[in-house]
Amino acid sequence: MTQSSTTQLDGNAKPEGFELFMLRMNKKFKSVDPYLTVAGIGLWLFAYWVLCEGLEIWRFNKLPGPVAISKDWFSTTPFQGISIFTQEYYDHIAVSCQRILFAFGLATGLGVPLGLFMGWSRSIRDYIFPIIETLRPIPILAWVPLSILLLPGFEGPVIFLATLASFFVTTLNAMLGVDSIDEEYFRAAGCLGSSRWDIFRHVVVPGALPFIFTGLQISIGVAWFSLVAAEMVSGDLGLGYLIVDAYMNNVTVPMVIAMITLGFIGYFSSACVRALGNKLMAWHVKELAQQGR
Amino acid sequence: MVNKSPKRKKIGALSIKNVTKIYDPSGVNVKAVDDCSMEIAGGEVCMIVGPSGCGKTTLLNAIAGFHSITEGSIHLDGELLCGPTKPKAEQSAERMVVFQHGALFPWKTLQENVAYGPTVQRVLSKNEAMDKAGQMLAEAGLGQFVKKYPGEVSSGMARRAEIVRALINNPKVLLLDEPYRAMDALTKQIMHESLLETYDRTGVTIFFITHDLEEAIFLGDKVHVVTTRPCQLKKTVEVKIPRPRSYATQSSEGFRKLLEEVNDAVHEEAVKAFQAGEREMA
Repeated sequence: MTQSSTTQLDGNAKPEGFELFMLRMNKKFKSVDPYLTVAGIGLWLFAYWVLCEGLEIWRFNKLPGPVAISKDWFSTTPFQGISIFTQEYYDHIAVSCQRILFAFGLATGLGVPLGLFMGWSRSIRDYIFPIIETLRPIPILAWVPLSILLLPGFEGPVIFLATLASFFVTTLNAMLGVDSIDEEYFRAAGCLGSSRWDIFRHVVVPGALPFIFTGLQISIGVAWFSLVAAEMVSGDLGLGYLIVDAYMNNVTVPMVIAMITLGFIGYFSSACVRALGNKLMAWHVKELAQQGR
Repeated sequence: MVNKSPKRKKIGALSIKNVTKIYDPSGVNVKAVDDCSMEIAGGEVCMIVGPSGCGKTTLLNAIAGFHSITEGSIHLDGELLCGPTKPKAEQSAERMVVFQHGALFPWKTLQENVAYGPTVQRVLSKNEAMDKAGQMLAEAGLGQFVKKYPGEVSSGMARRAEIVRALINNPKVLLLDEPYRAMDALTKQIMHESLLETYDRTGVTIFFITHDLEEAIFLGDKVHVVTTRPCQLKKTVEVKIPRPRSYATQSSEGFRKLLEEVNDAVHEEAVKAFQAGEREMA
């Protein structure tokens, strides 16, 4: 505490790196928040256990409870075939992650520029926006037959479906991001002698970034759930396939393991996107910090 | 006055002749500016005072080239900016605007913001522009903040940096739209002193919109009082207080008299605007 108060007074010697990290951790564990999180998780797990294993409530007794799952998950000889010690588990994860990387990369690479151009130029928007708005509400599952007809193999349709869903989100957010930029920045840039291209590079792109990254966080989530849907319908490997396959073979534990794994990986991938956004938008983070957020 | 070279003084003469601006003539048809004429000499500090929402900003936007005018013409140093043949002026670094709410790019540091103009105009290389920007910011007392983002500094500092960003382009005219509106009286004082210092150094023509009558007299060579909408020139008050000026002048007898004179003219318009139920522009 003495350390933090001295650093407050002496503006030149701000804590950095590890010291700053420790200071923040110290502060965090003095607040009630982390303990609430732990208590919350414990409560949910307990409720789950009570329903499935403790009291064996009707119909919940068909589901594997937390004890059964963790027994299998961390076992070298899993009863139902999937654990952290089986190669198969990692194969499924790797395939799904590869597909997500590819689909998310493709959707971002296409969606961000398209959205920016749509926000920047009225005529590009007039050409493209109505089509996007018509295609966007079509549920991703409705695209499944078409994508199987259109693309060969297992990989093609699955990636197409995951890309499509996140592409719409990304495009729309990038466009709204441009719309959100205050008119005065465009005027100021005009005054300062910018060409149209300068304005695109120095005003449109950075100004839309906060929206773009909000969009990307949603889009990676959307990519995961459309990927899993696609893997369930037309797949050979992957976590979505694992869930359906386990269900078909009447082994419920791998099904739940795959679900929880999806949750963790999804969480981690959003966190990565968020971290990248914060790194690219130091100005935005500092601005929010200044407002006490 | 002392430091101003005679050559610099001739640059930046604005001539506004019979300018009328009607928004949406075939629809809502709002007359914002009506047959407004003003002459602003090169190197003059010209203060525009009038009730809220009266069309002052419209006039500034027309000079800056943000929107067109319906009738009349505006010349800068004898060159046509906009007129009957060319309703909208081109945006150019010779007429720099400092905005009401501040328009430093929040995603660039103060130094990058200031260096932006010369870089995109290809007057200087990126490195040269950054060096010059750093130097000019230091001269304005912002030396330790060059690497900060606008969101990290106070509004007063941000506004000062915005003026530096304008001045690095050697503009002929500086157009300021109520730049100190949201500031407290003490910060305002500091901003005034720094603007006066800048003016004494550069002698740039200043077109300054404000509500604050004391500010208008303290800073200006001429105070143009304009009417409530549609905006017309009502009265011009010449301020013959010698430069460099200091805050002490505000308590002088001459200052009080000028204030009264301007106040009389403005008050009448303010009452008219109030009775017409003009919406306060926030």
